[in-house]
Amino acid sequence: MTELMPAEGVFSLIWLLIALPLAGAAVLLVGGRRTNAWGPLLGVLTVSASAVLGIVMLLQMMQNSPEQRTFDQTLFSWVFVGGFQADMAFQLDQLSMVFVLLITIVGALIHVYSLGYMSHDRDKRKFFGYLNLFVAAMLILVLANNYLLLYVGWEGVGLASYLLIGFWQHKPSAAAAAKKAFVINRIGDVGMSLAIMLMFVTFGTVSFQGVFGVADQASEGTLNAIGLLLLLAACGKSAQFPLQAWLLDAMEGPTPVSALIHAATMVTAGVYLIARSNAIFDVATVAATTVVVVGVVTVFIGAIIGSAKDDIKKSLAGSTMSQIGYMIAAAGLGPIGYVFAIFHLLTHGVFKAGLFLGAGSVMHGMNDNVDMRRYGALRKVMIVTYVTFAAGWLSIMGIPPFSGFFSKDEIIHAAFEQSVLTGVLLIIGAGVTGFYMTRMFIMTFLGKARWEDDVHPHESPKVMTVPLVLLAIGSLFLGMALLYWGNIETWLEPVVGYEAGESPISTTASIALSLLAVGLGVLVAYLMYQRRAVPIEAPHGSWLTRAARNELYGNEVNDVLVVQPTYYTSRWLVWFDNKGVDGFVNGSAAFVGGLSGRMRRYQTGFARSYALSMVGGAVLVVLALVLVRAS
Amino acid sequence: MNPSSYVVLSALLFSIGAIGVLVRRNAIVVFMSVELMLNAANLAFVSFARMNGNLDGQVVAFFVMVVAAAEVVVGLAIIVTIFRTRRSASIDEPNLLKY
Amino acid sequence: MNFPWLTTLMVVPLVGSIVVALLPKGRDLLAKQVALVVSLATLVITVLMATQFQGDSAEPFQFVESHPWIPAFGISYSVGVDGIALVLVALAATLVPVVVLAGWHDVDESSRGSVKGYFALILVLETLMIGVFSALDVFLFYVFFEVMLIPVYFMIGRFGGIQRSYAAVKFLLYSLVGGLFMLASLIGLYVVSAQMTGTGTFDFVSLAGLDIDPDVQKLLFLGFFFAFAVKAPLWPFHTWLPDAAAESKPGTSVLLIGVLDKVGTFGMIRYCLPIFPAASDFYAPVVIGMALVGIFYGAFVALSQNDMKRLFAYSSMSHFGFITLGIFVFTSQGQTGSVVYMVAHGLSTAALFLTAGFLMDRYRGSSLISDYEGVNKAAPVLAGFFLVAALSSLALPGLVSFVGEFLVLLGSFERYVWVGALATVGIVITAAYVLRLYQRSMTGPLKPELEGMGDLRGREVTALVPIALLTIVLGVFPAPLLNVINPAVDRVMTSVGATDPAPTVQSAGLSTEGADQ
Repeated sequence: MTELMPAEGVFSLIWLLIALPLAGAAVLLVGGRRTNAWGPLLGVLTVSASAVLGIVMLLQMMQNSPEQRTFDQTLFSWVFVGGFQADMAFQLDQLSMVFVLLITIVGALIHVYSLGYMSHDRDKRKFFGYLNLFVAAMLILVLANNYLLLYVGWEGVGLASYLLIGFWQHKPSAAAAAKKAFVINRIGDVGMSLAIMLMFVTFGTVSFQGVFGVADQASEGTLNAIGLLLLLAACGKSAQFPLQAWLLDAMEGPTPVSALIHAATMVTAGVYLIARSNAIFDVATVAATTVVVVGVVTVFIGAIIGSAKDDIKKSLAGSTMSQIGYMIAAAGLGPIGYVFAIFHLLTHGVFKAGLFLGAGSVMHGMNDNVDMRRYGALRKVMIVTYVTFAAGWLSIMGIPPFSGFFSKDEIIHAAFEQSVLTGVLLIIGAGVTGFYMTRMFIMTFLGKARWEDDVHPHESPKVMTVPLVLLAIGSLFLGMALLYWGNIETWLEPVVGYEAGESPISTTASIALSLLAVGLGVLVAYLMYQRRAVPIEAPHGSWLTRAARNELYGNEVNDVLVVQPTYYTSRWLVWFDNKGVDGFVNGSAAFVGGLSGRMRRYQTGFARSYALSMVGGAVLVVLALVLVRAS
Repeated sequence: MNPSSYVVLSALLFSIGAIGVLVRRNAIVVFMSVELMLNAANLAFVSFARMNGNLDGQVVAFFVMVVAAAEVVVGLAIIVTIFRTRRSASIDEPNLLKY
Repeated sequence: MNFPWLTTLMVVPLVGSIVVALLPKGRDLLAKQVALVVSLATLVITVLMATQFQGDSAEPFQFVESHPWIPAFGISYSVGVDGIALVLVALAATLVPVVVLAGWHDVDESSRGSVKGYFALILVLETLMIGVFSALDVFLFYVFFEVMLIPVYFMIGRFGGIQRSYAAVKFLLYSLVGGLFMLASLIGLYVVSAQMTGTGTFDFVSLAGLDIDPDVQKLLFLGFFFAFAVKAPLWPFHTWLPDAAAESKPGTSVLLIGVLDKVGTFGMIRYCLPIFPAASDFYAPVVIGMALVGIFYGAFVALSQNDMKRLFAYSSMSHFGFITLGIFVFTSQGQTGSVVYMVAHGLSTAALFLTAGFLMDRYRGSSLISDYEGVNKAAPVLAGFFLVAALSSLALPGLVSFVGEFLVLLGSFERYVWVGALATVGIVITAAYVLRLYQRSMTGPLKPELEGMGDLRGREVTALVPIALLTIVLGVFPAPLLNVINPAVDRVMTSVGATDPAPTVQSAGLSTEGADQ
């Protein structure tokens, strides 16, 4: 069992990891236009400082024995009522360590890249403020030591994502996409809230240590419920089926945002959540199986959408969805999969960030056109982007020795250990990955130029290409480094557990099979897009292509099932409120008014008739008194 | 003498006053009838005070007198004003205060 | 302890109000300045008082003063606060200077009412608000409860919009009807206390100590509850609120919805629960049903509103549903959450109404959402504050409204799993209408008519910054609130005889209560 270490030495600065970017965000957002000149640099600086601090902590952590690598820092009591207690407290262990590094290092690279990408934007200090806010929130998410604080980070990254998707607010489509992302995520938040409540009701605590310590004592039904609710939360944040519809629209945001938030870090928070809650999913078998199903379904939804989109960013977004599907599926496999889910998350974070930034670099040179049908032959003019994109392309397809090969192959192999069907499906998914990535690569960099007339493609400035190169190097070496030098399984094992299972097929066989599938995919793409010219106008296509272009009608389904009924109910209730409830209120007022209108007719103005009625009344009173006395 | 006779007298005076208020049109006469009713009430109060052997009723009678005096002042002033504008003291004619 | 803090708190704004009202005509600026200084002085006194408050004191009420008023009926002027009342007094004292500052130009020479009249009314209202929260005599409470209507009536009816008299009369009548039922119950309560103890009393502490017959409780409870349900307002007694909110000045709306309406929910937790514990228990399912309906009804209706002020009114109704829910599930989390929610809602309402007011000042006073588009481009600071207010309204984790909302939901979930689960779904609709409002008014291309609309100025920013800061600081560090609310809520829980359900795992085998209900 791991022991909780007090946060001493360098670890007493855990809070500073978060405070640095948070302070940056505060200065940039409160400072206003005054910070325009130096604000972006401040943004880069704070995140880089966090990255350096993270690396120092990693080195320090490696000095300790594996059981002594969990550090706990409690700042103060946050929410405490009756038996409920949630602290403002952070926990740094091996799992959060790798996340801290991913977030701060990739985050710093993307900040640097944005210096170039956003250099012409009027509101760039705001952009850097939001990015800093995102980094801070994401760090809260992975460093929290209880679910309630995790929820703060969870929603904080959602807010940053909302702000950044809608960064170009003057575009109605961007504003709509931002709202959509937030509202769909809010559905996931319902799952999150309920999971936290159910944990408190069951265990009387919401801290990781407390919940995991007694998780196996709860009934399996309760644990399955908690697991499914956490899965709902993960589906929202990680754009998994059935809450996947927002991610493609989220591409309205600036490309660095897509790279950092909607590819490398935030969307993988669902995987973190499931891996972090491994103590629950280990026992909750139904929930775990559902996780695998959701993951596998999303692998295909994402891949199919990615295969048909002509918008380079949306195609990459489909790919992200699909790759996260791999991670979620792996996380659902239990102790044989958690480690590889995180492993793939890390490699994916690096190579997908590289791919997105590459796409951004292409767009930068193509007047922000995103239509791949108007690209082609860019390898000659954008040599750095071309090479680095190729590294990402090979990595995501899982070609040895690129990073993706190691991580994806481990997932597929682990899937076979659980069920052959899952393994086969994931291999087919890998084949489709090969197809759409090759399609993207060919349409963008190879073939003939199909540029619009006024476009003069050019390589991006150094400040953008240097991060590309660094990420490409990461795409090449990270997998090997983590697996052979970093021993990712043993590193993460104390936190998420690891056990190798019995596999029906050998490692070599599964590698051979997946490489075969990828090869097939590449071949098909080569035949379709390299041998034949790519038309500028998209062909009509088969029903599957059209469905995929329409994102498999996910938006239409949501519209019919949720959005329309909601607005219908809303309008009906407005009518009911005006006519029904308020109608009753105003009606009773009108009734009193009408009644008094009748009654005032008795005020005739003849004083003697008033006197008569007074006498009459007096007589009645006397009579009544007499009668009462008499009886 | 039997105090109940005073009560009967008071009832008679009250009824005469009430009938006077109802049947007469001249405001001055109506006014006098009201005074009659008030004094009938006074008589009843005093008689009952005598019957009960305490002073409460007599005290109330004084109150009534004061109120009646005040009422006469205001009432007569109104009647005079109305007479000046309308050249009539009939209480049926001024009927502007209606619905 | 001996310093009459609460009386001072009531006297200062009252004197200020008289001074403002007596100022010669034409000295409008002076009237505003006096009002601001007086309200700030009240705030300072409140803060000083709050520092004297002992959260862990054994006394249920602190700063108690008691003087006989009408001894024949056992009525006294007695005031004192517990943690719940303290935070609400502090809320009122915080919002008044903000409203004065924000409403600096709400009334000027060209408007119908007099400038000094408006500010004098605000100050009188402050006295009454502090009084109603700190009264320890039920009759005194009732007096404050009813007298409060008068300044608000004038603030709506004299200084409001086109339909102002309709809205003001509707507000007044609705509240008076509620108050009437309360008066009836109040007299009943006096009679019951006279029968049980020999001498009738209106003293809250003695009344709460009585063990009233449950059947009598059920009757008397209804009178109080109806008054509070109208005031809060709960579904279906809410229709005065949208009209009142739509017709009044933003500052009036802030005080009305942000503070005055809290008297309703405050009354439930202060009076209904401790005095009528059996009846509260008996009616809890009905009240919870009304609260749930209110949460969804308000949110759904808000979704289709085209008038910002009406939208805020319906959203408040939805929030009041949450607050009432938390009170009537009888868990410490739920009730503490409700009190925190009251404070949070006061702050978020203030932020929403004031920002919307500043926005309307810039375009012909229109409150129609469709009249605005792309404001973010012309007035980014305004849009920023609007977003903060919106996020506070949807209870973003990290803001104080989240602490309140989550605790309410947690408390409900503990007691009735399905009620808690259902209420949680409400947060999705809240997000939908809040963000729809922001999307429609603040984003998109700038409307040509709005070209040249200025951003917020110094005074306006100064009014909004304290609210935004409090929202964030109390969200990250709610201990100052929780430390004083928790003991008070514990006393309420004891008086109702309720305890929190125990976690299932530790009590496994004994009972699975809570998770299965």
